[in-house]
Amino acid sequence: MTSTADSPALRVRDARLSYGGRLLFDGLDCDLPEGQTTCLLGPSGVGKSSLLRLIAGLQHAAEGSVRDAEGRPLAGRLAYMAQQDLLLPWLSVLDNITLGARLRGETADRDKAGALLEAVGLGAEAAQLPATLSGGMRQRAALARTLMEERPIVLMDEPFSALDAITRLEIQSLAAKLLAGRSVLVVTHDPLEALRLGHRILIMAGRPAQLEELAPPAGDPPRAPGNPALLERQAALLERLGRARAA
Amino acid sequence: MNWLRPLIVFLGLLGVWQAVVWLSGVPPYILPPPWQVALAIVEHWQRLAVNAGITLAEILLGLVFGGLLGVASALSLAAFRPARRWLLPVLVTSQAIPVFALAPVLVLWLGYGMASKIAMASLIIYFPITAAFYDGLRRSDPGWIDLARTMGASRGAILRHIRIPAALPGLTSGLRVATAVAPIGAVIGEWVGASAGLGYLMDNANDRMQIDLMFAALFVLAALAVGLYFLVDRLCRNVIPWQIESH
Repeated sequence: MTSTADSPALRVRDARLSYGGRLLFDGLDCDLPEGQTTCLLGPSGVGKSSLLRLIAGLQHAAEGSVRDAEGRPLAGRLAYMAQQDLLLPWLSVLDNITLGARLRGETADRDKAGALLEAVGLGAEAAQLPATLSGGMRQRAALARTLMEERPIVLMDEPFSALDAITRLEIQSLAAKLLAGRSVLVVTHDPLEALRLGHRILIMAGRPAQLEELAPPAGDPPRAPGNPALLERQAALLERLGRARAA
Repeated sequence: MNWLRPLIVFLGLLGVWQAVVWLSGVPPYILPPPWQVALAIVEHWQRLAVNAGITLAEILLGLVFGGLLGVASALSLAAFRPARRWLLPVLVTSQAIPVFALAPVLVLWLGYGMASKIAMASLIIYFPITAAFYDGLRRSDPGWIDLARTMGASRGAILRHIRIPAALPGLTSGLRVATAVAPIGAVIGEWVGASAGLGYLMDNANDRMQIDLMFAALFVLAALAVGLYFLVDRLCRNVIPWQIESH
């Protein structure tokens, strides 16, 4: 089964990946809709992160094409945020936020970086080293670094999974607000996260894996965690994920 | 208090030394008591200082040349795949041949002056510096490299902005080991053939049965080596403060 959209920001076509002699997916098609957040769920080891890494151009062993709606490559239009914050311990928070510009030999816009740090609530921590920050603060800094890249497509690989429940809810709301209007793919293990953030929800299951689309709850993200419609969908989603794992 | 523990250890060692002299009854021309060595230091301080200065210069210049050569080798190994095939055998060979065996050859080629001792010290520290820095360069967090690649960084930019800073803790570990072993190279060189330096002074004092002076030179050499080690250790901590914070 494929998952396609009418006006995608990117199209993955005929994706194929073997890992350790196992075929993770084969002939997989997937679209990321323009300006929306797509959440990808599925059992561990099914190939969710591998698909995201394929889109990011980091999965060399994978085959398949990743293009925009006009068939052009996506180089320079993607930003990536991983489960670990990946802050460089020798750079201040501000210098971490402007890392992309430094790596490309460009002059960093420090005013913009400062404004982004303010937006994620780290204005006072700009000069500090990452080691002085809490897990939630570090992940907010990583979010600011992702936003600093100003890319229309954002790929997030379990970005908030290492955080405690309350911090995770806070940072989910912040991310939904700051990433509004971008085409986002979030790989997650957390059904609540997918239901809160997703305009679209995809489940990856089977071997080789296939994608199945589930209808999200009504309303725009970020949805309140106590929303009755969301809680109802959560039960159905958990049941679907249980079947996916058993498959 | 930071200075109290080393002082207690130092006084304890002096106590053990004195106790061995008392209990064993060895004559002073085999093992002079600490006070006799202290008197020799006071009596010959000018001669000891001049020769210590020469040995220190040999050690420091050996650290500079051996360090630069080690850093350049590690960078070449990390940056250019073909260099590994050519440089690794040289690296292993530099350790396979005992420095003692090379000392007469270096004195023959470079003369009795400082050059042969600097070469000895350089040779002995080349391996720890190269091995530690190269190991650090190879062990950069793959997540950092992936992030940099999604940001459009070239291999050179990744090396400069991520792999080299990430390898600095490894380099400083190598530098600490190198600082501890560098005096060995310098003193071996002085024993084989020299007209100055603490190794020469010890050899000369031994020939003239000035055992107290020989021990005084040994004491000054030990103090020099320990002092240099702690100085380098402090410098390393100041250069990479994030290493301490991450502990």
